[in-house]
Amino acid sequence: MPEPAPCSVQGRPAAPGLAQGPLVLLDETVAVSGPAAGPDEEATRLTRAIGAAVEDLTRLMTGLDAESAGIVEFQIAMLEDEALSAPALAGIAEGQGAARAWQAVLDEQIADYAAADDEYFRARASDLTDLRDRVLRNLGGGGATAAAVAGAILTGTDVTPTRFLEMDWSDGGGVALRKGSPTSHVAMLARARGVPMVVGLGDIDLSAHREALLDGESGALILSPDAEERRRFAEQQAAFDAARRAAEPFRDKPGLTRDGQRIAVLINVADPVELEALDPALCDGIGLVRTELLFHGDDGLPDEERQYAVYRRILEWAGERPVTIRTLDAGGDKPIAGLTAEGESNPFLGLRGLRLSLARPEVFRVQLRALARAACHGQLKVMLPMVTRPEELQAARRLFQEVLEELRAEGVDCTAAPLGIMVEVPAVAITPELFAGADFFSIGSNDLTQYVTAAGRDIAAVAELGDTANPAVLKLIRSCVEGARALGIEVSLCGDAGGEPALIPDLLDCGLRSLSVAPAALGRTKAAIAEVDLAGRAENGSEGRHGQA
Amino acid sequence: MTHAVGLHARPSVKLTKLAKTFGCTVELAISNEGPWIDAKSIVKVMGTKAPKDTVLFFRASGDDEDAALTALVELVERDFDEGSEEAANA
Repeated sequence: MPEPAPCSVQGRPAAPGLAQGPLVLLDETVAVSGPAAGPDEEATRLTRAIGAAVEDLTRLMTGLDAESAGIVEFQIAMLEDEALSAPALAGIAEGQGAARAWQAVLDEQIADYAAADDEYFRARASDLTDLRDRVLRNLGGGGATAAAVAGAILTGTDVTPTRFLEMDWSDGGGVALRKGSPTSHVAMLARARGVPMVVGLGDIDLSAHREALLDGESGALILSPDAEERRRFAEQQAAFDAARRAAEPFRDKPGLTRDGQRIAVLINVADPVELEALDPALCDGIGLVRTELLFHGDDGLPDEERQYAVYRRILEWAGERPVTIRTLDAGGDKPIAGLTAEGESNPFLGLRGLRLSLARPEVFRVQLRALARAACHGQLKVMLPMVTRPEELQAARRLFQEVLEELRAEGVDCTAAPLGIMVEVPAVAITPELFAGADFFSIGSNDLTQYVTAAGRDIAAVAELGDTANPAVLKLIRSCVEGARALGIEVSLCGDAGGEPALIPDLLDCGLRSLSVAPAALGRTKAAIAEVDLAGRAENGSEGRHGQA
Repeated sequence: MTHAVGLHARPSVKLTKLAKTFGCTVELAISNEGPWIDAKSIVKVMGTKAPKDTVLFFRASGDDEDAALTALVELVERDFDEGSEEAANA
């Protein structure tokens, strides 16, 4: 059989890191047989199968850290609960086979959790699937699962927590799932153990491929990579591992340059779930909350209550630290069914970000109402994406004001929040003085880079051109920072560049003193900041020649 | 209940384990009108899918009913003995 052509699929990052290895397809079904004997014997078989599953899990628990043991303990408690076995035994008494009866009870539970409103409870469906299949295997349904090779990339629709724990991860490896969720127990385990994981790859056919590269940072899975891709990935992987080891000691310290200047290091958040395993003391706040994910649910656009609950939870997590929430930045490479324009020939230059929000005020108002209410629970700042002209900022400010008055008239608790703009459209970066009406600037380096270099972020063939280190991009960043200073407006940067160690000296040279980065990049960002001697660089002219004080 | 995620896996294990140490029947509800469920069954306790800030109601009946109610309310008030950071990993 010829080698399949290389291809790349995009999913959602669930645990950071990079892995390269053979693909191992997880067993996705367990065969269920009919009754083999009379009801009494079937009942005994089920009781024994459950007992054996409890024993297996108890054995698995020894030697686990407290967190992993807690997950297994939860499964044991569920298995030992008569609320599961009693209805299955009742089914057996009515003539069902042990396997069929157990499956029926568990399937009902799984469906119930899968339909839950809360993503945390939805993710419990995979624990129940784990229990169902473990007992079914003991009933002689599927037999033991094939032993996976160490260092393998596990793929399938979803993976169960115990399957994950049974794997030996000491030689690397990763998890790549068609479905799955970053809130699942498996994702938490993967993050805790440093096993890269990507979820939501969609309905892809993996059967033809034997090897893959998994990027838990970007969410990409490269199938059947060619020699060049392997070589590049191996380099990336070595650099990632070395940087992670070197950065670890810096993670829980404040950002300080070698000559002792304090640099604020905040985090970018796409999913509130990312905060659960994170100590707020590790960062100076949240520099960017992306709200797009909220709008991607199966149940249509999120209502005010749902948005309010999520924003409030994020603000409460941060406590006294500032939290910048960006209003919906749909469009471009982030389409939302029923909201974004279809058939745009060039969506990155189309109706996206604030442009879309102003075109759909009925949707925008709901978000602004939720934000105004959430502002009572912390240090909220509201950020508008894709601003191009000052009039757009004014229009958004008027809407925000109207919404506040409306809420007050209704007697609902709310408060105003600073309203700032993303600086990502070159028109804004070139003339920051026109945007004195903004309460803050945040430079979106990803889009600013793509627009200044005319290199689409979604087009691999021009990826090399889309480089934030391009002098034109850096010059714009510097002039924007200087413009903001002249206006007395605070300015920070929230693109991927902030977490790129190689770019950090340049960004600090531009005058930036506040960077917002992915949570996984906190350590390496602070480590890179600690290398920079700002005073020395100014003396040597790397900064002074541009006239920066 | 102020637990970060709500009545989820680890708090449910703790709650049902504690309830089982009492001889009396212990029931739980997320409304004072019920429905009441067996607080000794983790399947049923998890099944309430109670999120953060839910008010939990307990009732008990039997010899040690007072001790059971006191102990359970204390467990919830102690946030299930979990620091907010640690709890988030459960």
